Amino acid sequence: MSKILYAQTHEWAKIEGNVVTIGLSDHAQHELGDLVFINLPSVGDKIKAGEAFCDVESVKAVSDVMAPVSGKIIEVNEDLESAPESINSDPMGAWICKVEADDIPGDLMDEAAYEKFIK
Amino acid sequence: MAKRTPLYDIHVKYGGQIVDFAGYELPVQYEGLGVLKEHTAVRTKAGLFDVSHMGEILVMGDDAETALNNLLTNDIRGMYDGQVRYSLLPNEKGGAVDDVLVYRISGKSYLIVVNASNADKDARWISARLPQNVTFANISDAVSQLALQGPMAETILRKLVSEDFIPKKYYSFTKNVVIDGMRCIISRTGYTGESGFEIYCGNIDACNMYETIMKAGKDDGLVPAGLGARDTLRLEAAMPLYGHELGEDIPVNEVGLGFGIKMNKENFVGKAALEAHEPEYERVGAKLIDRGIAREHCPVYLGNEQVGIVTSGTHAPTLGYPIAMLRIKKGLKEGLTVDVRGKRLRIEIIPLPFYKKA
Repeated sequence: MSKILYAQTHEWAKIEGNVVTIGLSDHAQHELGDLVFINLPSVGDKIKAGEAFCDVESVKAVSDVMAPVSGKIIEVNEDLESAPESINSDPMGAWICKVEADDIPGDLMDEAAYEKFIK
Repeated sequence: MAKRTPLYDIHVKYGGQIVDFAGYELPVQYEGLGVLKEHTAVRTKAGLFDVSHMGEILVMGDDAETALNNLLTNDIRGMYDGQVRYSLLPNEKGGAVDDVLVYRISGKSYLIVVNASNADKDARWISARLPQNVTFANISDAVSQLALQGPMAETILRKLVSEDFIPKKYYSFTKNVVIDGMRCIISRTGYTGESGFEIYCGNIDACNMYETIMKAGKDDGLVPAGLGARDTLRLEAAMPLYGHELGEDIPVNEVGLGFGIKMNKENFVGKAALEAHEPEYERVGAKLIDRGIAREHCPVYLGNEQVGIVTSGTHAPTLGYPIAMLRIKKGLKEGLTVDVRGKRLRIEIIPLPFYKKA
């Protein structure tokens, strides 16, 4: 069983046991506009919930991507490096990385709560 | 509180994402389009920008030409009626109060188009330096300006006015043109590096003018275009932007705008300072060798010595790679890096403009 939760900083986290896949929400990609660059993390990096681990740039500006969970990165979606715009066209499909999580904060929201949060 | 142009409701209707820019609420991009699509439309078809935030100043009288010429780096003598000329408006130190377009309506009547962010400052600066027999009027709040830009711009305009009223030469304009009952000035100018026009009309006609042009261009790929695309387009064309490449403390002889600075003119504000100032910095273009985007204010290094800064930088949509304009010490070519959020990225100096229309 997997479930998708959202952080207040607009990342999604797909939780399957202790493996968490991370991406940017549709709301986030919409607010950022056309993405033209992503600075990906590396496999083996330790990330901490609430702290920046990656950055994306739209034509206009650079934005940090915050870790929704804590843990160690076990896989990175290298395809994004040459095609960051796939985050705009398919935000739920264009995952950034997979993490072996050691902490999943309790304040992550389910879809209904997140929809309400961004209203 | 931020001002609105007369087109505010139209921007909202077309899905404009509104931001505060130079004291105005203006669309940065439009829903369903976005900076990249709007940029590409202007390069391949056409885009329509609201640039009503720009300021317009009228200077009139027998001595208007002489008085204005003393305030500008360029020489406005010898222009013909209906000609446009670019100039810096220098301060006493040789920096720029603003950069402007001068429209010669007649030898006794000039329209000066200025940047929105500087409009009030320019109005004070100019009016304080004109003799009493020269009439000055700041008409910024009564005039709207639309920029119709792109290879299809002329095709679209021809559906609205007879060919005779469309200015033929780059940097020329026609006045008292009537489009659908609305009187306007049509100027063959722009800030995109593409062919196109800027259309000036009274505020009361702005909305109808906008919709009339949009309708005329609907089969030609015309889209509304926002401030985001305006910036990426002007940057690819290496056009300077006040507050980035130009400023009060940047000597205008360090910005690569020599065509607009006539040092052989008898006198103008700031001339003595410029004569005494041997340029130390220059404006150059760069391409990133390493992955990343250099933004304005990023420091530029040669080895460990900081030699300048990035004044504007972005991903260039037409070129497909990141570009930047730099203000660096003169004559440097090799081995430069730029600090992007703590990382040193290698850059290559390349000729300006980055993009030139075919």
